[in-house]
Amino acid sequence: MVNVTPSVPDALKGTRVDEESTTGTGDIQVAVPQTSASAVPNDEPSGDDLVFDVSELSVFYGDFRAVRDVNMKIRRNEITAMIGPSGCGKSTVLRSFNRMNDLIPTARVAGNLLYRGVNLYDDRVDPVEVRRRIGMVFQKPNPFPKSIYDNVAYGPRVAGRKRGLDEVVESSLRKAALWDEVKDRLQDSAIGLSGGQQQRLSIARAIAVDPEVLLMDEPCSALDPIATARIEELMAEIKAEYTILIVTHNMQQAARVSDRTAFFSVELDEANDRRTGLLVEYTDTAKLFSNPDDERTENYITGRFG
Amino acid sequence: MASIGSTIGNNGAGRRVEDEIFRQGRDMRGAGFRVVLLSTLAISVLILIVLLVQVFTDGWPVLDARFGEFWSGTLRSRSSDAKLGISQGIIGSFWIAVFVAALAFPVGISAAVYLEEYAPRNWFTSVIDIAIRNLAGVPSVVYGLLGLFLFVKTRDGNSALFAGGITLAILVLPIVIITAAEAIRAVPSSLKEGAYGVGATKWDVIRSQVLPFAAPGILTGTLLSLSRAVGEAAPLILVGAITDRLAPRGGSALSLDQIGEKFTAMPIVIVGWVQQSGRDEGFSAAAGAAIVVLLAFVILMNSGAVLLRNYFEKKRG
Repeated sequence: MVNVTPSVPDALKGTRVDEESTTGTGDIQVAVPQTSASAVPNDEPSGDDLVFDVSELSVFYGDFRAVRDVNMKIRRNEITAMIGPSGCGKSTVLRSFNRMNDLIPTARVAGNLLYRGVNLYDDRVDPVEVRRRIGMVFQKPNPFPKSIYDNVAYGPRVAGRKRGLDEVVESSLRKAALWDEVKDRLQDSAIGLSGGQQQRLSIARAIAVDPEVLLMDEPCSALDPIATARIEELMAEIKAEYTILIVTHNMQQAARVSDRTAFFSVELDEANDRRTGLLVEYTDTAKLFSNPDDERTENYITGRFG
Repeated sequence: MASIGSTIGNNGAGRRVEDEIFRQGRDMRGAGFRVVLLSTLAISVLILIVLLVQVFTDGWPVLDARFGEFWSGTLRSRSSDAKLGISQGIIGSFWIAVFVAALAFPVGISAAVYLEEYAPRNWFTSVIDIAIRNLAGVPSVVYGLLGLFLFVKTRDGNSALFAGGITLAILVLPIVIITAAEAIRAVPSSLKEGAYGVGATKWDVIRSQVLPFAAPGILTGTLLSLSRAVGEAAPLILVGAITDRLAPRGGSALSLDQIGEKFTAMPIVIVGWVQQSGRDEGFSAAAGAAIVVLLAFVILMNSGAVLLRNYFEKKRG
């Protein structure tokens, strides 16, 4: 187990800073004054409240830079939404928060992504341990072809836990607001659940390993409005215990559930016809949707673009 | 509302709905294609039926008259010999199947897991991939030569059952690797991501998600390769399987001592008897009977493969 605690200051020394990330940003198409990306007017989070500190983050696929200029401070027990048009890299950024991008052989991250003060991309960091602390719920419900019980118990089991699984399964399913619907058929296959139930099962499975953070990658995009409402309700309930980052296509959803919102946009590099995403504005949700600083944000939320 | 007989639109000018939407035989090429497909299937089935009828009419008298003796009998020089039978061929084929299952399955499946889950994608692994595909297409005689050189020549020219078993295991190894790799590649990445997402290690993911999901496909491939191995004759002739006479031996057919002994196998028995049928016509009927028995075994194994696959598919939901 790699020691991922804030009390290891020299863990920061191994941070890889991409020198290019400070250059090559002069090709922004829309001519608007560049505002500070993290223009939260109130306090700067620090100490226990600061879960992620992201600065100058870029994600590459091979030589191609998919996202650049991501600067975000993520606070504890808040819901942070990431919105933006297709291809703006919001999912890519989300997946770099628990090193899910490691599964793509060509993906590479540059810049600083500090989790509780430790750079997640330090060579000494064990991605398996990272993913236990920073869980993930995916766009499409992906129950394992096992029983409901075994789905929820999967994480604790691979972590080596053998006793007390019944309690973990029950409390996780309760938190995910699924217990009452499945308590009499825990041994049935999870494949037989409805889409909304499967997605709540995915949430139960993610929280069964007691993570600090939940990453949700468009968790409602495959669900009907009723199932979506349940998930949103659920997010509000579990927010007290978890820090949640959610990528969503749905601006109303971001406005409803989140405390802070990051707006990503995409710009076309005319030279090679490739699109690079970038973080345009990151601020509290009420402000972003009512009085954004950046013109691109305003165009997007008023439906003039994207 | 348009009912049959009404005209279309305002300027229908006599063109009625049924003229438009009734079948007018436009898809002639599609129909022709369907006939071509059906006839190719019919030809294949017809050839198979002719083959089966032929074999059964040849072999049935033998199976009908003396199945017990035929089953327990041994290779003889005259077809009229009451002790003529296939027991040695059955024993040989049984052990060959054991060799294939014990060598080709674990090695092949492991290689497939490595190639799909661990090996980096680069020119070297591409070359290996192509090489394996080519090996699957190499004529089986070539594997026989390899077996002769590696497992027989070095041992004073004595042919032994293990040489045949290892040779056939090597023969089907590429097929096992290819089918297992295909099955592993078909595992949805969402399952793997879900497991990684809750902190599973690569080993956890392979053990608890990849292999169970790929099991039906792997199983089908391996059992089909087993049928292939049991039906091969050419490589066994090269590594010295006995075709004419093999002295009956005492001892249990299932004893491990068998693998160091001279051997034959069902396809070899059949080849031997067909060769001798010119001189002694009775061998023709015996060969037919042996083919029926071998076919029965192959069908049994393939049905087993289908049943097991269905079982595992059901289990994975």
